[in-house]
Amino acid sequence: MMLTRRTSLALGAVLGLALGANPALAQKKYGPGASDTEIKIGNTNPYSGPASSYGTIGKTQAAYFEMLNKEKGGINGRKVNFITLDDGYSPPKTVEQVRRLVEQDQVLAVFATLGTPTNTAFHKYINGKKVPHLFLATGATKWNDPKNHPWTIGWQPNYQTEAAIYASYIMRNHPNAKVGVLYQNDDYGKDYLHGFLAGFGDKVKQYVVAQVSYEVTDATVDSQIISLKGSGADTFFNITIPKFAAQAVRKAYDIDWKPTQFLNNVSNSIGSVLQPAGLEKSKGIISSRYYIDPTEPEIQNHPDFKEWLAFMKKYYPDGALNEPFNVYAYLSAKTLEHVLRQCGDDLTRENLIKQAASIKNLKLPMMVEGILLNTGPNDFAPIEQMQLIRFDGEKWVPFGDILG
Amino acid sequence: MRTAALQQRHWRRLGLVAALLFACVLPLLLTDFRVFQLTMALIYAIALIGLNMLTGYNGQISLGHGAFYAVGAYTAAILMDRYGVPYWATLPVAGVLCFGVGFLFGMPALRLEGLYLALATFALAVAAPQILKYKHLEQWTGGVQGIVIFKPDPPAGLPVSQDQWLYYFTLAVLVGMFVIAWNLLRGRTGRAIVAIRDHPIAASTMGINVALYKTLTFGVSALYTGIAGALGAIVVQFVAPDSFTIFLSISLLVGIVVGGLASLSGAVFGGLFIQFVPNVADSISKAAPWAIYGIFLIGFMYLMPSGVAGALGGGWAWLRRRYGR
Repeated sequence: MMLTRRTSLALGAVLGLALGANPALAQKKYGPGASDTEIKIGNTNPYSGPASSYGTIGKTQAAYFEMLNKEKGGINGRKVNFITLDDGYSPPKTVEQVRRLVEQDQVLAVFATLGTPTNTAFHKYINGKKVPHLFLATGATKWNDPKNHPWTIGWQPNYQTEAAIYASYIMRNHPNAKVGVLYQNDDYGKDYLHGFLAGFGDKVKQYVVAQVSYEVTDATVDSQIISLKGSGADTFFNITIPKFAAQAVRKAYDIDWKPTQFLNNVSNSIGSVLQPAGLEKSKGIISSRYYIDPTEPEIQNHPDFKEWLAFMKKYYPDGALNEPFNVYAYLSAKTLEHVLRQCGDDLTRENLIKQAASIKNLKLPMMVEGILLNTGPNDFAPIEQMQLIRFDGEKWVPFGDILG
Repeated sequence: MRTAALQQRHWRRLGLVAALLFACVLPLLLTDFRVFQLTMALIYAIALIGLNMLTGYNGQISLGHGAFYAVGAYTAAILMDRYGVPYWATLPVAGVLCFGVGFLFGMPALRLEGLYLALATFALAVAAPQILKYKHLEQWTGGVQGIVIFKPDPPAGLPVSQDQWLYYFTLAVLVGMFVIAWNLLRGRTGRAIVAIRDHPIAASTMGINVALYKTLTFGVSALYTGIAGALGAIVVQFVAPDSFTIFLSISLLVGIVVGGLASLSGAVFGGLFIQFVPNVADSISKAAPWAIYGIFLIGFMYLMPSGVAGALGGGWAWLRRRYGR
């Protein structure tokens, strides 16, 4: 009896030791697309067609992995083979290209596929195939759904998160505000609107006095602005794409409507929105950001910016240096690099999705100071923080804490 | 003389049987992904047969067949998603609906000739994605989000994958539609359709009801394209307004010209062109895929001015002259 107990104790100790030591002796494990020398990653981007201006995102990412392979020998000694295909922003083509990546090229994962309709088209397929579908280039809220789609993880702050930040700011700082909302009548506009209204909780009726929409095909939003002014709103949430954002800001100023203005992050480019609207007319607008625009004066002497600039000049010389998308792509590529590094020698699809869902306080260069990436088994939204910014007539000035 | 004609028909039949056998064996040798691509090519071929009837045989140019393709696709998707209709049953519904839409659209469009008709149909293609996003239709169309549908399983007991099954299903539809088009075009109706293209005034003096034939051709053409659209939705498992831009309509027109105008077998070559040439172009250059596509297109037009089917027919005739008795 004694002996048996002792034996079992000893056995247990040996077993425990063996288990504890196991990671150190871990065998290299590979899923499809990974080997001692290579990690295959698939991607689709619109290099042609109506949305081809987004194509620069795929090109920056390809350049980034080229840099990684040349200068750092890849990730943990394995070269990244980044296969990026053109889908022309056409969902049937995206399905075809993603099937090619998964079935023919046998990629380990699909990364940063661009567009909401295009990702929707193969959402079910890729989860059925159990292929990691990582860091999509779209802000729709539906990508954060670990229960039903455990293989899909978004990246950027989703539209609802951003809208809720504005709502809580209004409740804290303008408790008597009467808010008018202008939104684009599609999934993007409705996603924002939904997050905004939900942000007020049960006080929504007290705050939001008017909601008007426009179609992306409309010529102007002038009549919508006039009706918002007529509603008596003293606060304005502008959920529009760049062309209409500029129109709305200008029109409000021209008809002498001076509300506190909130502008969605999609349209806070100085060059393509505020300049056409008129810098003077844009003064005081509040928006938000999570990474820093490469044209902002404050960053020009920062080492992070210089590193990005050197990378761009050497590996993507055709890329525009004033294009925020090229910073966006650089950061999402860095996120993938981090997760692949974290996988170590266990490059199976199961481990990759597990590591992608366990990012802890990742800090990226050119990200707003204090914004960290975090994911967990029930949180498939890596970036959920933003910083409020206010336009001073020349540039965006950050204020307040990091929110989200 | 008579034996020579018989012999030629004999050869042609043999060729068709061989091609069909080849098409049946092909998916057993390829991966599911390739089978999926070939299925898409066959689907385009069905649409091209329809467009070819209208443009190749009847001489009416349409830049709007992408819209009929979209109507067919949405019909299938809505029926499957909302009403749980089995996939195969959506095809006849899509066909009939598109016939109706095509017939109605054909009536006013009849007054328009050549380029004017091309412009009117162009408007249809441009409008289609926006109409699909229209908010009062959203409860059926799903708006910009589109509709995701389930991929059908092969009938129990068949030892084929889902993709292989859809390929055979599409192939069967293509063969059926091909035979119907063949019968329609080689008889009285076909001669009337062609006569209208060649000389509308002469055709009407011969007693052909030009207006009726033109509208009917438009309707039948839309029916073919609608069925192709429904198959496309089932195979891709997703429809969204962005799937049916003007580019689809233009691709279809390119397909019939490359395949061969007024040639039914040309539709298959056109379908292969639509499906595979953009991929080849993309693999050659990421920076300018459509420039490469353009070079391919110009090359095809220079080397085979009467389309692939025309060039094959010409090559066959040349061989017979050279080596025949």
